[in-house]
Amino acid sequence: MAALERLRAGGKRGAHMRIEVRGVSFRYSPKSPLILDGANLSVSAGERVALTGPSGCGKSTLAKLMAGYLKPTAGEVLWDGRPLPKSGYMPVQMISQHPELAVNPRWKMSRILNECWTPSPELLRRMGIESEWLSRWPAELSGGELQRFCIARAIGPGTRVLICDEISAMLDAITQAQIWETLLDISKERGIGLLAITHNTPLAEKVCDRVVAVSAGGVHGI
Amino acid sequence: MNCEKVTGQKTGKTITPVLDVRGLGISFGMYAGGLAKSELTVMRSVMLKAFAGEIHAVVGASGSGKSLLAHAILGILPANARRFGDIFFCGEELTRELQEEYRGRRIALIPQSVGFLDPLMRVGKQVVGTLGTREAQRAAFERYALPSEAERMYPFQLSGGMARRVMVSTALMGRPELIVADEPTPGLSEELAEETMRWFRELADGGASILLITHDLELAMKHADRITVFYAGYTVESAPAADYAAGKSALRHPYTKALIDALPQNGFKPIPGTQPYACQAPGGCPFAERCGLRTGECAEDVGMRELRGGEVRCVHAD
Repeated sequence: MAALERLRAGGKRGAHMRIEVRGVSFRYSPKSPLILDGANLSVSAGERVALTGPSGCGKSTLAKLMAGYLKPTAGEVLWDGRPLPKSGYMPVQMISQHPELAVNPRWKMSRILNECWTPSPELLRRMGIESEWLSRWPAELSGGELQRFCIARAIGPGTRVLICDEISAMLDAITQAQIWETLLDISKERGIGLLAITHNTPLAEKVCDRVVAVSAGGVHGI
Repeated sequence: MNCEKVTGQKTGKTITPVLDVRGLGISFGMYAGGLAKSELTVMRSVMLKAFAGEIHAVVGASGSGKSLLAHAILGILPANARRFGDIFFCGEELTRELQEEYRGRRIALIPQSVGFLDPLMRVGKQVVGTLGTREAQRAAFERYALPSEAERMYPFQLSGGMARRVMVSTALMGRPELIVADEPTPGLSEELAEETMRWFRELADGGASILLITHDLELAMKHADRITVFYAGYTVESAPAADYAAGKSALRHPYTKALIDALPQNGFKPIPGTQPYACQAPGGCPFAERCGLRTGECAEDVGMRELRGGEVRCVHAD
């Protein structure tokens, strides 16, 4: 299966399911200043990388570029050496800091959960999602409860790299540890790559094998 | 006028707490279908004392009732809310009339986000409000290093850091003895969060009592003098911040110990289960379901009791 995908990705030796940011610059509009200026970063499936740095340095913008929500002004974002796929399941999935903004407030939780794939009851149990929550509206759940849905939704079988943008900053310590324990177990089982954006240094050291610190004024350092 | 004396944590002298919350509970009246009404209890029993010159942190998971406490103190709960238990402010029972009189003068709120500002009014005018003066506003802006042109800006023109300074400035229009800060740091960089906490320390050193409401136990451990932990609408432990920093052996309640163990710099080990909704909390200890020490006694009502310089709501704590 992995060999087949490698073949599809161009059959290059060493191309092993990797998201690569190459010399990426980005500005939100032609008049606004560059948020990113020549950023370079790569995350392979199975690797766990933390991205830390002061606010406003472009971490979240980089996350959106890597997940295909934004297009770079210059430079390229490559998946296995090719541009990000434009159709089909996106192998790079992103989980945001604000779960309440990442769900459709007019959909019930069961519809939100099954938006891109159907998680097994076993996965729901591991994520701590109670079956009773499925019939509720997003407004009837807490941030921690919603975030569990957003994670379950993003870890479909086609997910190879998961970008976690401050996914536990709004949670209490126990819920934070619960969510990361499950996420780490699943990513290790399935060889999913993780890019964790966080302000929390102990957290970065605990969940990742490599920490990339970004200095103010853009991700030149990456 | 009820002026009961209690012992202050810092001095050991008998002083009156600025805020003394005794058995506070809150329920909402709801229509349960047709004209039938039901009561939804969202806070069960909150006990805490906050003193002048101290930062008192209120820590808990979302849904534990900590923001409701802020709203109950300021008297800004929704109309269908019913409050039981007592709140004393500087020894006086805080009635609805007194809340209206003191709000903005002796009791101030620093709101959570820029969303609490009027988007169509220049921020200088908003900070002056109905109680402040232009001079006081300018002095506050200068104190927090806001440029003079900031007063003519609208909220959407402010950066996150400027918005935070503007909101702290609003609290300086009166001479508040109690400042309630509701989740002041999420979304701020570490440096800005540190700076915000330094401002709170200055205000506390000036004699105010700061009630810091946060979900972030690490922030509280670093900056508060005393921490009260909420769980499912109850206070479960109240103790000096040093006890939390010392680790779980210095703490009292099994939930607080589990919270400390779950920090990334400690074990990063979560306990299973989730906090019950306050409205569904069974009688007795709200944490019993997830607790290793649970016995038959836990099904009965458990009150807060004093233990080793703190207070705990657990029959097994020793």
